[in-house]
Amino acid sequence: MNIDEDMQEALKIFTVECNELLEEMEACLLGLETSTEPSQTINSIFRAAHTIKGTAGLFGLDHIVKFTHVIESLLDRLRNGELSVTSELITALLPCCDHLSRLILEVINGSLEENPEATECGNRLLDALLPYQQTTATTESHITVLPETTERVETLAEKHSGYGNWLLFLQFNENCLRDGMDPLSFIHYLTTLGEIVDLATFSYTLPDVISMNPELSYLAFEIILKTDADKEAIENVFEFIREGSNIHILPLENRIPYYVELINSLTEEDAQLGSLLLKSGVITPRELEEGLKAQQAAQSPCRIGEILVEQRVVQQPLINAALEKQQQIKDNKAKEGQYIRVEADRLDRLINLVGELVISSAAAKLKGMQTTDISLQEANTSVVSLVEEVRDSALQLRMVSIGTTFNRFHRVAHDVSKELGKDIKLVINGAETEVDKSVVEKIGDPLLHLVRNAMDHGIERAELRTERGKPQQGTIRLNAYHSSGNIVIEVSDDGGGLNRDKILAKAVERGLIPAGIVPSDQDIYAFIFEPGFSTVEHLSNLSGRGVGMDVVKRNITELRGSIFIDSQAGQGTTLRIQLPLTLAIIDGFLAGVGDASYVIPLDKVVECVALPSDDHHDFMELRGEVLPFIRLRKLFNKNGATVRRQNVIVVEHAGLKAGLVVDRLMGELQTVIKPLGCLFEHVQGVSGSTILGSGEVALILDVPTLVQQQEYRQIFN
Amino acid sequence: MQTLALDGELTIYTAIEQKTALLDFLTSDNELELNLANVSEMDTAGLQLLILVKREASQNSKILRFVMHSKAVLDVLELTRMTSAFGDQIVLSAKE
Repeated sequence: MNIDEDMQEALKIFTVECNELLEEMEACLLGLETSTEPSQTINSIFRAAHTIKGTAGLFGLDHIVKFTHVIESLLDRLRNGELSVTSELITALLPCCDHLSRLILEVINGSLEENPEATECGNRLLDALLPYQQTTATTESHITVLPETTERVETLAEKHSGYGNWLLFLQFNENCLRDGMDPLSFIHYLTTLGEIVDLATFSYTLPDVISMNPELSYLAFEIILKTDADKEAIENVFEFIREGSNIHILPLENRIPYYVELINSLTEEDAQLGSLLLKSGVITPRELEEGLKAQQAAQSPCRIGEILVEQRVVQQPLINAALEKQQQIKDNKAKEGQYIRVEADRLDRLINLVGELVISSAAAKLKGMQTTDISLQEANTSVVSLVEEVRDSALQLRMVSIGTTFNRFHRVAHDVSKELGKDIKLVINGAETEVDKSVVEKIGDPLLHLVRNAMDHGIERAELRTERGKPQQGTIRLNAYHSSGNIVIEVSDDGGGLNRDKILAKAVERGLIPAGIVPSDQDIYAFIFEPGFSTVEHLSNLSGRGVGMDVVKRNITELRGSIFIDSQAGQGTTLRIQLPLTLAIIDGFLAGVGDASYVIPLDKVVECVALPSDDHHDFMELRGEVLPFIRLRKLFNKNGATVRRQNVIVVEHAGLKAGLVVDRLMGELQTVIKPLGCLFEHVQGVSGSTILGSGEVALILDVPTLVQQQEYRQIFN
Repeated sequence: MQTLALDGELTIYTAIEQKTALLDFLTSDNELELNLANVSEMDTAGLQLLILVKREASQNSKILRFVMHSKAVLDVLELTRMTSAFGDQIVLSAKE
């Protein structure tokens, strides 16, 4: 197939949309069992499948249409309550989602044609769905005197539906005959509105001969009417007999798509369900009014749609269509007001430019300070503060909620717990916490590892849990929140906790620490981040090989973050990851040593003090606490004359404090982080570089590493 | 075989008497014929009486035929599509 560029563009949008829909579908499927409103969830799933099918059809992707169609019809049965939600069904449907993703991926890769291998795979999946597919429908049979009539009624709609457009069900007030009103004359009158295409007479309420009162009306009629008159006009025919009668006027089944379309095409400002139905003509003002009255009178709160269906004034599919439309109107309104789609590339360019702007404005500020022109200085100051605001809002643009990453783990939890044969539920908190997009992208894999680890090693087998008096179902919690310029992500389990002694023994055995030293629990737990460190005797499919945790640690360090472990034997383990909100720009504190400048991330700086003059130890006393020093001059092998009064910048990380001894304090500045080249990748203690306003290059210090190194030195000395 | 010829209206006004008459007629034999030639008017009450006797007859394994439908009867049976449900032979008179 040859496709031009427009088509290519449209296809791209299609694939993006499909992937979003599939994500939603997967999330809904996973949430289905626990959902408080399963019908809504099923609807969402159905809608997603329906949209994928529809759009795929537009592009002539017949194999996708074919595959999705089966799923769609199954979902439809689920929606109509013909099937119930079981975990087996969900387990059968999930791989179908995956398969669809695969098909879409093939489309992205440019293959629009069916791939026999994929089809075979798809057919296997569909076979798994077979038990849920349409079984022979059992129709409720009416009890009537005359079997032929029953038969006729059942086929009535099918036989003549091509010709009529309204289905009327009439059961008149018992006393209508006595009141001088003959049902037959009303039916006869209908012929003035249009043509009675078919009619069935029901006599199932006719009592036995003895108790039958010949003056009461027992008959009911079902009529298919073909007319151009609207529902209200038909309704008016029965105006005098409505009292006490059972009269339902419904659009004929086969007309439903027409009305659904009509509802969809409405350009209604007002998103009320009733007005949508009214506007499309499927209900009359009277019916709506009565429905609303019933809604108000109802003891428990219920939906107008449900009432209307219950009162048989409109069919469920039409309500569904109207509800969908209503949602669409709401969504559109919300979207119009809140979102525009922007390509990530453009955003990145903006951020880069803002970064450059920050540097340039720092240069301008520097120059400005050298002049005596007060007005220029003032102008500079306001430019700098505006640039700061621009920077903040530009970075805000890149903020996305961590929820999308978290939601992926529902699937992981589902699959892994099946694989392990453990019953584990995943609880997510703070999914709305926002963090820079690049952080979100990079944190996914480490988190995945931690979650799998927690499920495999953390959560005990059900028997052991019962023995320990815990609920059989294990819980993994993903929690995210903001804390002083950082995002904190916690992965916790209510499992057995880390085995402190075992880890310590292993660490000694591997020569990581000398025997006989007992570090703090925190330090012991930290050994699990050592490469190749494992205390597990049996390897499993998922984890236990001792690779992974060091990679997790490295990934997090690369994001300028840190990870801590809290563990209580028998109670569970919490891994706490702290990450900076953004990777691109930070507030820094500039300090000079010799002729070089260094930037210390401002959120790590606690205070600055002067270096005591009796400076021959590597520590000082700070308000009764011992503060160890890190002499930057020594650390970076800086020569040159020492200044007379040196300063100490007190930094803190993870509860540990250290003093950085520097020559000069040069104040705060905004810093755009430039990564170091791959040559310097392994240099410890430096996390990046930046260009100062003067054009000079300054190194950004990696405070966590420095502080930790200091700590280790203390342990070993 | 017994035959009964209904006369006049088969409506709400005559329903009570007609019911009694029809039920009496039902007990008279196992094969019955109801002549509707002289039914001048029929409404819902009349229709449900016909349905009632037809049902009663079939429940008691009797044969009940409606014959010589008048125009008034035919109109109602046509409107309610009951002609074939009753399954009686309908002879249209040459006049109409």
